[in-house]
Amino acid sequence: MTKIIIIDDEVLARSLVKEYIEKHPQLEVVAECGDGFEGVKAIQQHQPDLIFLDIQMPKINGFEMLELLEHPPGIIFTTAFDEYAIRAFEAHAIDYLLKPFNQERFDRAIARWTEHKQSATAEKQTRELLETASQSPIQSQRVVVKNGSKIKIIPAHDILYLEAADDYVKIHTPEGYFLKNKTMGHFEQVLDTHHFVRCHRSYIINIQQITRIDPYEKDSQVALLRSGIRVPVSRSGYAKLKTVLGL
Amino acid sequence: MAVSSPFSVRKFLFIFIIAWLALMTDHAVLLSFYDLPLQSAILDSIINNGLLLLTCLLVMHSIRFYVPDMNQYLNVVVMCIVFMILWLLLAQWLLGISISYYNINPGFLRKSLVIRGSIGFLVLGIVATTAIIWYNWQEQKNNELRKSDADRLAREAELFKLRQQLQPHFLFNSLNSINALIGSRPQEARKMVQQLSDFLRGTIKKEETQWVNLQEEMQYLQLYLDIEKVRFGNRLATIIDNGEDALPAKIPALLLQPLVENAIKFGLYDTIGETIIRIQTRIEQRQLIVSVSNPYDPETSSPQQGTGFGLSSVRRRLYLLFARNDLLATHTKDNIFTTEVKIPQQTTTHA
Repeated sequence: MTKIIIIDDEVLARSLVKEYIEKHPQLEVVAECGDGFEGVKAIQQHQPDLIFLDIQMPKINGFEMLELLEHPPGIIFTTAFDEYAIRAFEAHAIDYLLKPFNQERFDRAIARWTEHKQSATAEKQTRELLETASQSPIQSQRVVVKNGSKIKIIPAHDILYLEAADDYVKIHTPEGYFLKNKTMGHFEQVLDTHHFVRCHRSYIINIQQITRIDPYEKDSQVALLRSGIRVPVSRSGYAKLKTVLGL
Repeated sequence: MAVSSPFSVRKFLFIFIIAWLALMTDHAVLLSFYDLPLQSAILDSIINNGLLLLTCLLVMHSIRFYVPDMNQYLNVVVMCIVFMILWLLLAQWLLGISISYYNINPGFLRKSLVIRGSIGFLVLGIVATTAIIWYNWQEQKNNELRKSDADRLAREAELFKLRQQLQPHFLFNSLNSINALIGSRPQEARKMVQQLSDFLRGTIKKEETQWVNLQEEMQYLQLYLDIEKVRFGNRLATIIDNGEDALPAKIPALLLQPLVENAIKFGLYDTIGETIIRIQTRIEQRQLIVSVSNPYDPETSSPQQGTGFGLSSVRRRLYLLFARNDLLATHTKDNIFTTEVKIPQQTTTHA
């Protein structure tokens, strides 16, 4: 049996997928979710083989939901027209169903998934897709993290600074820090470059938080944040900060 | 684009200088041919033609700021004559002074007056005509540029309007809902097809410049809300509260739908659970006031995010209609985001 979860905020859209699934006796719907929060929970609980995922959903979108999963299952996106997203799919060979779609198109997507599910590249493709998709405007304005069993949406202006920590990035906010399984390079690309500057190999700083930049040892500086925290600034980082701050 | 002088074209400047040097040399050679001492001939040429050059530049400058129409040539002729007389008087006076230094016969000056005058007039006429042609051409070029700019803006606006009307996301999702209903509840599918058609017909039929009364706009809005309710089911609830006397008030067609669409998106995508959209209308100080509100989560979204959705196009339309920027306002209170739009009423609505 192949376990399936349908995640879409519209009841009718979910019922359509269920109707099409009835033609495939090897597929079993184990859960239905109306938003990404429920989606993350259900995926952890049921460990499905395949999910049908809408992109525009309440609170967190489909891409943000996928970012929260350690091992994303197989994915077939179901979406209305969204030019940006379509380009991301085509580049990464993950299937998508454009609403409205019919039984034949649905059957083809299932056949294609069955063919590719054994290949080891599936998860890599998902990661690549997320990397492309994360450059959408909404993701430059906020970061979604998982804090234990809770999901937290951090608006970009609440971020004080980011710090590299092995395979993770520590996102420092006034409420403490949150970990996200991403690289510094990822955040450097995604966050608005007018507000966030990579001031050091291991640090990205929110320039609106800076109150002062003081010289520190030879060739390096230290930035003082409003909250009193000090963040190291390398020589090249200082040059970047100066351009952004217009010094 | 600023109007440039013909001298900004290098070739023109070159020809102008050559022509002037030729004129001066010609003048001097001609006088010495009539037995005038060479020195006197050169001096005469420099004074006479130097002043003529200044007069020509003056004429060109005046034409730059006052480009005559093609049928106002009499004005140009009069201007040339006036400038010519001034030039002639000044040249005669200066030459008269220089006579005391050089041996020029005063009778020669008087005799040559007519010839000097007619040559001067001819030169001035040529310069004036050239300047008029040049500046007319420049103006035409600028007009064409402006026209193509205006055309481009109009086209962009047109495209934007089309995009706004089609709302692909809404349309495709609605079709998907209908597709789902066909299998399970065909009667409802049929009803939704009808609603969607009526809604689309309303969008196509109306011009953005058209004014309708609020009642008509609210009926159209109701179609939109009914479709959205089928899509989102129990998650979407609406409360519509029309104030006394508000329904006959006038409103630009299709103005409210983007506001409600914005509220639905903002409300449904920012909260989980039931979203109540409240639409209130009232008349206040000869203005129709419509407010649309939706819940939002202050933790995850800032009010600026709400204004970014689709409100800027509504604000732009209001500006184009009333030349005012204060007709659309948003505010937040108790996790409710409210957009308020004021529509000035031309005549009293208490008819």
